[in-house]
Amino acid sequence: MGGLSARADRRGVVPRTREVIAERVDRVADGVVSLVLVTPDGSPFQPWEPGAHIDVHLGGQYVRQYSLCSSPKDLSHLRVAVLDVPGSRGGSRWIHRNVRPGDTLEISEPRNNFPVRDSRKYLFLAGGIGITPIIPMIERAAEAGRDWRLVYGGRSRAGMAFAERLVDEYGDRVDIVAEDERGRMDLAGVLAMPRAHMLVYACGPGGMLSAVEELCMGWPPGSLHTERFAATALGPGSVAEPFEVELARSGKTVSVPTDRTILEAVEDVGVRVLSSCRQGLCGTCETPVVSGEPEHRDAVLTQDDQDTGATMMICVSRAAAGCGRLVLDL
Amino acid sequence: MTIAPAEGVVTLPDDPFSPANIAEPYPMLTRLREAGPVTWLEKCGAYAVAGFEEVYEVLTDFETYCSSGGLGPRDIRQDAGWRPPSILESDPPIHTVMRRALTGVINPATVRPLRERFTGPAEEIADELVARREFDVVKDLAEKYPLRVFPDAVGIPQEGRENLLPYGNMVFNAFGPQNEIFDLAFAHADEHSAAILRNCARENLDDTGFGARVWDRVRDGLITAEQAALLVRALLSAGVDTTVFGIGNTLACLARTPRAWAALREDPSLAKFAVDEALRLESPFQKFHRTTTAPGVLGGVRIPAGAKVLLFIGAANRDPRKWGANADTYDLDRQASGHVAFGMGLHQCVGQPIARLEIELVLKALAARVDTIELAGEPVPLTHNVLRGFASLPVRVTPRS
Ligand code: FES
Repeated sequence: MGGLSARADRRGVVPRTREVIAERVDRVADGVVSLVLVTPDGSPFQPWEPGAHIDVHLGGQYVRQYSLCSSPKDLSHLRVAVLDVPGSRGGSRWIHRNVRPGDTLEISEPRNNFPVRDSRKYLFLAGGIGITPIIPMIERAAEAGRDWRLVYGGRSRAGMAFAERLVDEYGDRVDIVAEDERGRMDLAGVLAMPRAHMLVYACGPGGMLSAVEELCMGWPPGSLHTERFAATALGPGSVAEPFEVELARSGKTVSVPTDRTILEAVEDVGVRVLSSCRQGLCGTCETPVVSGEPEHRDAVLTQDDQDTGATMMICVSRAAAGCGRLVLDL
Repeated sequence: MTIAPAEGVVTLPDDPFSPANIAEPYPMLTRLREAGPVTWLEKCGAYAVAGFEEVYEVLTDFETYCSSGGLGPRDIRQDAGWRPPSILESDPPIHTVMRRALTGVINPATVRPLRERFTGPAEEIADELVARREFDVVKDLAEKYPLRVFPDAVGIPQEGRENLLPYGNMVFNAFGPQNEIFDLAFAHADEHSAAILRNCARENLDDTGFGARVWDRVRDGLITAEQAALLVRALLSAGVDTTVFGIGNTLACLARTPRAWAALREDPSLAKFAVDEALRLESPFQKFHRTTTAPGVLGGVRIPAGAKVLLFIGAANRDPRKWGANADTYDLDRQASGHVAFGMGLHQCVGQPIARLEIELVLKALAARVDTIELAGEPVPLTHNVLRGFASLPVRVTPRS
């Protein structure tokens, strides 16, 4: 049976799921398998942005999130890489044990907790299987001709998925730090000096991310973006999906595509909004929310204000997952 | 020390700190822009950056154009400044920590309640002025209103408030050279500095204002006691003069543009846009320096390491390449967003929402009571090294019928 089924999550958001076929199951490093997923009828997947993940429903027992590490330019398939964590609660182990080429799996549409902002320079930090969401980000940065660097750490080269391929493709920009060869990643060295126009995207185990967060304390607000690997099991996250914004006072409705901000979309239809930094840092574009749930991406609202969702910074923030329509007091 | 200009850069003889250029800066700013996005000012020993794009670049590249060298013409790292460096004179990582402490104190949640508290005084002053029909915007309004609401918001004692304006005058004039203007501002420097510093101490701040909230951050372990005092000092020095000038300049624009006033009177919700456009056209904070940390190329001009660049905010905000052929006119329909009157990047003004709120409330209060506003005499420009404003701005109003 194909088609869509629905189940509400803790915030009442209904993620759509679909059946896919595991076309290939390859061992890509010690303890890591890669799954190439295709649709049963060969139709393309919905567009997604670097940083997105899918929920994989495992034998009716578990739901696990895996970052997409295929190319968003090729929607004929999705690829995830799964680390077999010995002693884990079983999701990854289940995949390692049970999924064989040709098997059917149930997955959600791609969702994004870890969207990438455009910038001139990027520093990508990956620990172990945390490399997966970084791969499409690198592809995007490389294609746009941005200045970027990857530091990728792991216990040993044999266990580091895609390490060789990344070095082959990108050369010097990639720094592979295998602990058994060079010791641990020198995060303190890499992050010692805050850099202008540089965004840091980090994904990996909790310990590594805590260290990165600490070291980035002196970086400008908004520089650091992380995805905690274990934490991706929670939270509906934002959607790199277009959504609608209704302007309550001017009676207009605008659609906000993935590559434009609400502010830009609103300005396009001639509605005036005061803005200044356009980076979520100054608070000038603060806009009251009449209804709908924002996904806050600014650095000015307090946690309380973000949770309440009464206002939002429309230069960077978007609609939350499952909220296809925001109504703003504009 | 004399620094020679890099090869190939256009050298200009203009002195941006001469009384004539201060009184009427725009012809010189046009000359600077037309000579190139980056030029060499012989008189200043600094590179002048006057194009919007280049000014924006310098403001946002904190690595190449650092702030710890000071905002004035001297490098305060080699040649100690007149006071301990402020948050404006710091770079990451130290800057980020102090900045985080400040944004924890001034943010949309803490500024929102000010609207109500600041409205009454704006209306009271407006009532009184409209009854008089003629008044001086600077003396009777611009210098009165911020001093009535802002020090209370920070929570400093009544005593010693008379030092706020002269102290701000010192702080900003020191971003220019040590000329006569500077000397005049510093005539009673010790007295003003001591009074301000006293007001920054925790025990002299009331428990409800922004000052006390800054000190809370020491308890949180985010900043040191010394940094807290410096941050309160920064609030006091940055939060008064600029707003005084902002109010004066905004009303100067409106008094000279009757059509704009009529539009505002019809639709007071335009007030915040009227403020924004005035900040663009007559930016209160006109110019300051950055220091290069490495050689680089800006606007096609090679700039060596260790050079001072003098940023002309007032020129960038009137750059026709950014704002179009009518960049020199006050146009309420313009999309003025993105101007650099509050700076941009890391050092963008933290108090921006408070400043905008104060000016907006003044305009709304007046727009509700006034049919027409016009100049009642020639405005007298103020002689100030880096701020743009008026010493006197006489206006005549007709009350709303
Ligand atoms: S314009 Fe600065 S937060 Fe949106």
